[in-house]
Amino acid sequence: MSTHPILELRGVSKRFGAVQALYQVDFKVHPGEVMALVGDNGAGKSTLIKCVAGIYPIDAGEVLFDGNPVQVHGPKDAAALGIEVVYQDLALADNLDVVQNMFLGREQLGSLRRLDEVSMERRAKETLDSLSVTTIRSVRQTVAGLSGGQRQSVAVAKAVMWNSKVVILDEPTAALGVAQTRQVLDLVKRLGQQGLAVVLVSHNLHDIFEVADSITVLRLGQSIAEHRTAEVTQTQVVESITAGKLSKVPGLAEEVVA
Amino acid sequence: MSTQVPPVEASPAAPSTVAPAGDSVGDAARRWWAGIRAGDLGILPIIIGLLVIVVVFQSQNDRFLTSGNFVNLIVQLAATAVIAMGVVFVLLLGEIDLSVGYVAGVAGVATALMLLPDGSNELSAGPAIVIAIAIGASIGLLHGLLITKLGIPSFVVTLAGLLGWNGVVLLLIGTRGTVTIQNDTIIGVANDFLSDGIAWLVLLLGIALYAGVLLSGRRARAKAALPAEPIALLVLRVAALAAIGAAVVAVANDDRGVPYVFLLLTGLFILWTYVLNRTTFGRHVYAVGGNAEAARRAGINVDRVKIACFMIASSMAALGGIVLASRLRSVDTNAGSGSILLYSIAAAVIGGTSLFGGRGNIRSAILGAMVIMSIDNGLGLLGLSSGTKFVVTGLVLLAAVAVDSISRRGRENAGRA
Repeated sequence: MSTHPILELRGVSKRFGAVQALYQVDFKVHPGEVMALVGDNGAGKSTLIKCVAGIYPIDAGEVLFDGNPVQVHGPKDAAALGIEVVYQDLALADNLDVVQNMFLGREQLGSLRRLDEVSMERRAKETLDSLSVTTIRSVRQTVAGLSGGQRQSVAVAKAVMWNSKVVILDEPTAALGVAQTRQVLDLVKRLGQQGLAVVLVSHNLHDIFEVADSITVLRLGQSIAEHRTAEVTQTQVVESITAGKLSKVPGLAEEVVA
Repeated sequence: MSTQVPPVEASPAAPSTVAPAGDSVGDAARRWWAGIRAGDLGILPIIIGLLVIVVVFQSQNDRFLTSGNFVNLIVQLAATAVIAMGVVFVLLLGEIDLSVGYVAGVAGVATALMLLPDGSNELSAGPAIVIAIAIGASIGLLHGLLITKLGIPSFVVTLAGLLGWNGVVLLLIGTRGTVTIQNDTIIGVANDFLSDGIAWLVLLLGIALYAGVLLSGRRARAKAALPAEPIALLVLRVAALAAIGAAVVAVANDDRGVPYVFLLLTGLFILWTYVLNRTTFGRHVYAVGGNAEAARRAGINVDRVKIACFMIASSMAALGGIVLASRLRSVDTNAGSGSILLYSIAAAVIGGTSLFGGRGNIRSAILGAMVIMSIDNGLGLLGLSSGTKFVVTGLVLLAAVAVDSISRRGRENAGRA
């Protein structure tokens, strides 16, 4: 693992009206590292990944990509940097097949501005093979016919196909059964082994302890702790999630704390 | 030259589905049969429906299956099929356009007025057609902007259009009552026929083109080591096109010949099928209809896709209006009224385009128009009233949607949704 984080957030704050969704959050992930992002409901996990993805503008703090400060103003900026987000609802079109979904919005064109189906199909296959996704029979079947785990695999393959450097997975195993969860966790491990930085948002500590190298805990919009998975127990992490020490008490005016 | 076999055999689910690891015709047939049992009916219900229609009407009136009536049928279904092709784009989005009838009326009347031989500002056919279609496109742009930028449901916008454009038809006609078209080119669209030799030549070119497209596609896949269709199936497809095309040309030539409007239909069919299956825009239309949120996140400008589809629908309606005016050789205050709107939407749906968006193809417009206009034509031959026609057509539409619903359940059970 490199010592140099590929993505780093320093003191990021985000406010929605009266609600302080994020307060001076620090977060970093290195290439080849699987970083889990945990926290109770409302801790700010979703807000944080949406800030990284450029869906929400941040109010304060800075985002560094590969050591350089960057401004991410939209999903396209994030994609251009190499940050891809796989949302919980996956955003796949049921009526399109696997290849069509993987290239949606980024279709490859041949002569006469015609869709280059052959090279798209080949590249989709190569990507799925490189991730050792073997459960999908045909890349020309519609996504409607795929299981939850297969859909997750397609969504992840879609995200990593574009030379992405950071892949953010939002609750990838939330709706899956045991065998499907296994498929997806294996996939997450392989992404890390291939040198990608993976941010795994999850509630499931069991999954996290199996695949994550590090754990960042959010509580009430603040980053509480960053643990090395090998050095903590699940109980300690649960403690951070539920009772981690806050630098600012929500509800109190900033001046009072300062 | 026939329109009944598409250049790319697409599954009803999505464009350009290529058979997986196909190696023999037997395998392909087995896959097809498995698809049908899982509710992927394709064009099977339509073929059965057409067979039933032919048997029923022929048994009631032996003039139904004559070459003369066949040519009549082609001319009669042309306007409906043209308008239905545009409707397919809107239905693919999961939207509706109720204004296509009177948009066709506006374009037909505008064309007739531009061609009025009153000396000073009479246009020739070409510019008149271009302007009429541009009027259609502008109407579609207006509808699209209202739907996407103001967020008014397409049902409401185009319902307002239904009333508004009806009014425009009446205002344009004014006190004239009926405007007769005297331009030979415009009248020729629906009333002139290819000479026998030219028709055969066009058919040969069409078959060669189709075979060429299939072969080059297959070669590209084989070169990339991707599963390709068995060569025998490819031969079968070309043979089917040749057989159907030869039958159409032979029967039509037995009477007045192949109408020019048939060439128009074929050209539009190829154009829009290409757009839907082979271009980024077409892919995005399916994506917006299937999951608009996914399309938005993929960076697709959803509003622009929608506006473009409404513009296509209105432009095709305008073209259909010109074809209709050409067939009737005149326009009057009834232009665009009556059954034309509902027949066009029903044609797309009967042909297999889903009202819920994301599923369908251009082929369905032509096949559906064939079904509806055969019924219309047959009941006309039997001398039955419009009342009976509408009741029967309504029942057929209901049957088609029922078949779609039942097969959809089958697809869901088989995980093919």
